[in-house]
Amino acid sequence: MAYKIVASQCTVCGACEFECPNAAISLKNEMYIIDPKKCTECEGHFETPQCAAVCPVPKTCIPAAPG
Amino acid sequence: MGKLISLEALNGPVSSDAMQKALNSGGCSSSSCGTSETADELPQDVWEKIKDHPCYSEEAHHYFARMHVAVAPACNIQCHYCNRKYDCSNESRPGVVSEKLTPEQALRKVMAVASEVPQMSVLGIAGPGDSCYDWKKTRATFDLVAKEIPDIKLCLSTNGLALPEHVDEIKNMNIDHVTMTINMVDPEVGAKIYPWVFYKNKRWTGLDAAKILHERQMEGLEMLKERKILVKVNSVMIPGVNDEHLVEVNKVVKEKGAFLHNIMPLISDPAHGTYYGLNGQRGPRAAELKALQDKLSHGTKLMRHCRQCRADAVGLLGEDRGQEFTMEQVAADVSYNPEKRETYRAIVAEERGEHVAARQAANEQFAEIGVEKSIIVAIATKGGGRINQHFGHAKEFQVYEVTAKGVEFIGHRKVDQYCQGGWGEDASLDGVIQALEGVTIVLCAKIGDCPKDALKAAGIQASDEFAHEWIEAGITSWYQARHAAALGNVGQAQAAAAVA
Repeated sequence: MAYKIVASQCTVCGACEFECPNAAISLKNEMYIIDPKKCTECEGHFETPQCAAVCPVPKTCIPAAPG
Repeated sequence: MGKLISLEALNGPVSSDAMQKALNSGGCSSSSCGTSETADELPQDVWEKIKDHPCYSEEAHHYFARMHVAVAPACNIQCHYCNRKYDCSNESRPGVVSEKLTPEQALRKVMAVASEVPQMSVLGIAGPGDSCYDWKKTRATFDLVAKEIPDIKLCLSTNGLALPEHVDEIKNMNIDHVTMTINMVDPEVGAKIYPWVFYKNKRWTGLDAAKILHERQMEGLEMLKERKILVKVNSVMIPGVNDEHLVEVNKVVKEKGAFLHNIMPLISDPAHGTYYGLNGQRGPRAAELKALQDKLSHGTKLMRHCRQCRADAVGLLGEDRGQEFTMEQVAADVSYNPEKRETYRAIVAEERGEHVAARQAANEQFAEIGVEKSIIVAIATKGGGRINQHFGHAKEFQVYEVTAKGVEFIGHRKVDQYCQGGWGEDASLDGVIQALEGVTIVLCAKIGDCPKDALKAAGIQASDEFAHEWIEAGITSWYQARHAAALGNVGQAQAAAAVA
């Protein structure tokens, strides 16, 4: 399981990038994306996924649909 | 007069030689020329820190400009008056920017502005998120700029949550000024302003969030005080939420050593998409804001010249030249040319001495004449401390109060520009008249008969007789003429009575 960023709502503030304990978030073409291979939903690190906890826009950093 | 023209002309394409020539036409060029009332009131080390900072010294804001670079977009709290998605170049308020910059881009922009804007004295980082939370970018920007332009003053603003962990670095980087937004000292009040904070890897809500924020803010205040860093506290006045509570906030921050307290009106509009905007929370009226400021003015330094600028503002406080310096317009290989700034500083040192003398003379004259009832005067000015703007070109009026103590700056009133391209428009004139409520007279460089008559009908006088005088001197001359006329009438009446 991993999180994803809803690009149309993202303000590109970058808070998620430096809170991510797995370095799973990076800036690609002026938009932050989460690498699902690296994302652990912060399990083993923190109580809640850091990207979602710090994101200023509601429903913008959300669990990726199981694919 | 030659000096006056040179100072005003700096905004236009004037050669440095011309500035130099005007400067050499007489007087001293020492930066310590003239004494200042404000300088006398403050310890020397404090005065040195604030004298060129437009946001910390009301006097300096007539002469010096600041720029903000929007390098710190990430934030660690949510405020009900802020919507981080909103971004519009026509909006002017904190947290709003058009263009986020990397530290390297910010350096290029600062060098371009410092070469072109002679008034430039301060570089601030005010977000658009939080400068202490997005610390790596804040720090990298300041390091780059300090290396290229060592005499630029650095300052930052923060909500305080992440401040304590960076205070020592702030001190070591010679950042003399920190602005902290403190809207409450009671978490119960805070819970109505902050829906959440992100702290120690967790999102906190409700009372817990407000309590954490409050404790960190107080800790930060004390740490800054210990290190003798000047602190300005900004408080957003939110009617019905913290307006009465701000009296307590003022008391606490004063005790904790804040140098200046700035009460700002809440800006609230449904179109901004903020919680307050969408829920009909109103901002304070000008009279409510002034009443609170007056209540707090005893024994505290209050800032009344704040323009609540954008996180990417450039220029004097009343103007924004940000659109002239977008990254598109800044050359890739820009270098810093200090000539304009240096020449300007020499001219200002002299002008400022004269201005301070004019202020003192005004205050002495009012003490002598005596003023029974306070009078509100609005000034149209382009900066430099003079009455030098056309009524129709004013985007804002600076407001002064005349009392027995003298002439005191009390704030500004923003208006829609009345005259565009030489044609006055009645619709916006109504707006100007509304904004000038309570004002007895408007002093400006020029005003047409038509707007003058309209103002008169609304009970507001207007005059361009004192064009290009120092603001305080112009107000004094106007008051003296009015006073003499009133005395004359009394004298005539008495003489008539005696004859009868």
